[in-house]
Amino acid sequence: MNHILVAENVSKKFGEHTALSNISLEIPENCIYGLLGPNGAGKTTLIRIINQITHPDTGRVLFDGMPLAPEHIATIGYLPEERGLYKSMKVGEQALYLAQLKGLSKAEAKKRLKYWFDKLEIGDWWNKKIQELSKGMAQKIQFIVTVLHEPKLLIFDEPFSGFDPINANKIKDEILELKKNGTSIIFSTHRMESVEELCEYIALLHQSEKILDGRLTEIKKAYKNNIFNVGLQVNGNADGLLKELTEKFAISSSSYDRSIDQLHFTMQLPSDETTLVLNHLAAKANVNHFEEVVPSANDIFIETVNGKGA
Amino acid sequence: MNKLKLIIKREYLAKVRNKSFVIMTFLSPILMVGMIVLIAYLTKVNDSEKRVITVLNESDYFSNAFNITETLSYIDFKDLTLNEAIDSTLAMENYGLLYIQKAPDLETTATQAFLYTKESPVSYVIESLETIFQNRLRQGRLQRLGVSAKDFSEIDTDFEIKTATFQGDTNLKGINEIKAGIGGAFGYLIMMFIIIYGGFVMRSVIEEKTSRIIEVIISSVKPFQLMLGKIIGTSLAGITQFAIWIISASLLLFVAMLLLDIDLTALNSNPGLPVNAMTNVGNLPQGTANNMQLYAQELFKIPWVLLVCSFVIYFVLGYLIYSSIYAAIGAAVDNETDTQQFIFPIILPLMLAIYVGFFSVFSNPHGPIAVGFSLFPLTSPIVMLMRLPGGIGDGGVPLWQFLTSIVLLIVTFLAIVWLAAKIYRVGILMYGKKPTYRELFKWLKY
Repeated sequence: MNHILVAENVSKKFGEHTALSNISLEIPENCIYGLLGPNGAGKTTLIRIINQITHPDTGRVLFDGMPLAPEHIATIGYLPEERGLYKSMKVGEQALYLAQLKGLSKAEAKKRLKYWFDKLEIGDWWNKKIQELSKGMAQKIQFIVTVLHEPKLLIFDEPFSGFDPINANKIKDEILELKKNGTSIIFSTHRMESVEELCEYIALLHQSEKILDGRLTEIKKAYKNNIFNVGLQVNGNADGLLKELTEKFAISSSSYDRSIDQLHFTMQLPSDETTLVLNHLAAKANVNHFEEVVPSANDIFIETVNGKGA
Repeated sequence: MNKLKLIIKREYLAKVRNKSFVIMTFLSPILMVGMIVLIAYLTKVNDSEKRVITVLNESDYFSNAFNITETLSYIDFKDLTLNEAIDSTLAMENYGLLYIQKAPDLETTATQAFLYTKESPVSYVIESLETIFQNRLRQGRLQRLGVSAKDFSEIDTDFEIKTATFQGDTNLKGINEIKAGIGGAFGYLIMMFIIIYGGFVMRSVIEEKTSRIIEVIISSVKPFQLMLGKIIGTSLAGITQFAIWIISASLLLFVAMLLLDIDLTALNSNPGLPVNAMTNVGNLPQGTANNMQLYAQELFKIPWVLLVCSFVIYFVLGYLIYSSIYAAIGAAVDNETDTQQFIFPIILPLMLAIYVGFFSVFSNPHGPIAVGFSLFPLTSPIVMLMRLPGGIGDGGVPLWQFLTSIVLLIVTFLAIVWLAAKIYRVGILMYGKKPTYRELFKWLKY
């Protein structure tokens, strides 16, 4: 598999403060890569290094197999978290300016802008000033400007902030379409549900170190603890059955719903005994429900960060 | 290079399209010309007012002492009491009454003289009268020593020493001041330009920070390119504005002079300045007219080509130094109110240059203070320009000083731009902090 971006032992200090410590990452081509971590973990610094806004103290970054160089700027698109536009400049003029700074010719930029403005239904904004637009509207312009030069690598830092749910969905669809067309995407966010939805790979930074990375499904698999949610039909004998099971298994958070005569609990199983346990349960009562608990990205995030932070 | 051009173009257009900039550009010449016309008009009105003093002279002295001048005239009262004289002075609306009592001798007469006025008298009236009394007293004392009135009038003569350089060129009184004044005008222009457009650069940087577009832009261009483009774009806008000001102000002034028939020479109230001699040449004796020619020659002798060339050099370097400091300040802060502590140290050398220039260079263009300040890079653009009308080499600025100041300026320019770019690069991405000098120093090491 080709990697669009490889970071090797990247470290960065600001005075006494260490922003990144020995970070190594491999970001596969044509995937959506989630860059996660609590505030101040070093995500923005890493992104700025990829954009060549700052430079690492040690280590190196390879873009498409080559050491990162100024000419790569035109093939990267970056939507920063702290973003904005010139307030008193007209939308069209501003978009043209930013596109030209990325190396597009004026004519080409105009053509593509027309396409995108029509696609996002904002064609009539061309001569408006940014200060006349709402925040969400300005965000759309910002998104277009980021993707306009058709970069190989797109970096989105909290791309959905400032959008209402409808427009956030629209932008999400655009991101997925970009990915389908071959773009690699780095996606930095705090919103775990969108990580779950979009990312194939993630890396988790905490206190300037990488504490976790890999394919999201594999990470989830690794974080499973053989915990199962169970629901049993017990014919009124809830207390007796629970007592009996508690002696044999590690059972927690049990509850009994009298109206439907159902006992709920979570149990931790010793590995490789799933079938055995299920048979045992089936002999005692009617099993309505037997499901392994897969940790969400959110759980993994909190667990890892707390585990490391403590 | 292409990106730099784009940035310059954007900064230029953003500036010249700005409404307040447009208004300032077209309103300022009108205001300025209006001020000049108003001052000229008021000066004219003021000068035409002639004050009349009534004189009640009961003594035997001072009978012919009061001669009419341009601004004062006198009416003699005879055989009136003091009260009657006061009443008639008031009735005639004269400025004041000079009462000279009868006394046995000149000295006592003089000490007993009184000037009555409605309000406390203006200074030139008192000065004129005092001069008259002083002259009369001196004459009286000399007479007692045996000098006749005729001899006395011959004692008092004006004298001006003639000066020349060792090469035999005639020196003219005040020519140094004129030359420094011409250089000073250039220096002053540089200072104004730096303060106005340096401020624009700073505000433009702050605007990019507060609108949060900065990170979008520097993911496409280098921060240094952005800073340079901003400085150049803003100064081009400034040059446009200055050009419009100078052209339209001269046109307006010309028109206003024609319409209102105001004589600009009325502004030159200081008779000591040779400028007056030039404009009033018709009324002056032959000697002054010759001087007049000499002054014209001297003015032609000012090395204009050198002056304009060095103006451009000093202007460009000085402006770049200061505006990159302004850009760094803009990058370091979040809003304009935080800039005060950093701006004062910038303005200080500029003010110092102007004041040192006016006080020291005018009187002694090649003295140690003038030399020092014209070498020190933060003041040299202004002070050196004040010295340069004297030329380079013989009688002017020694060549080594001129070259040293330019070399120092270039070195400083490189150092300051490098430092400012570092602060700028770090500062534009820092939010929510009110930086201290210590912190800025730390940024240099990032």
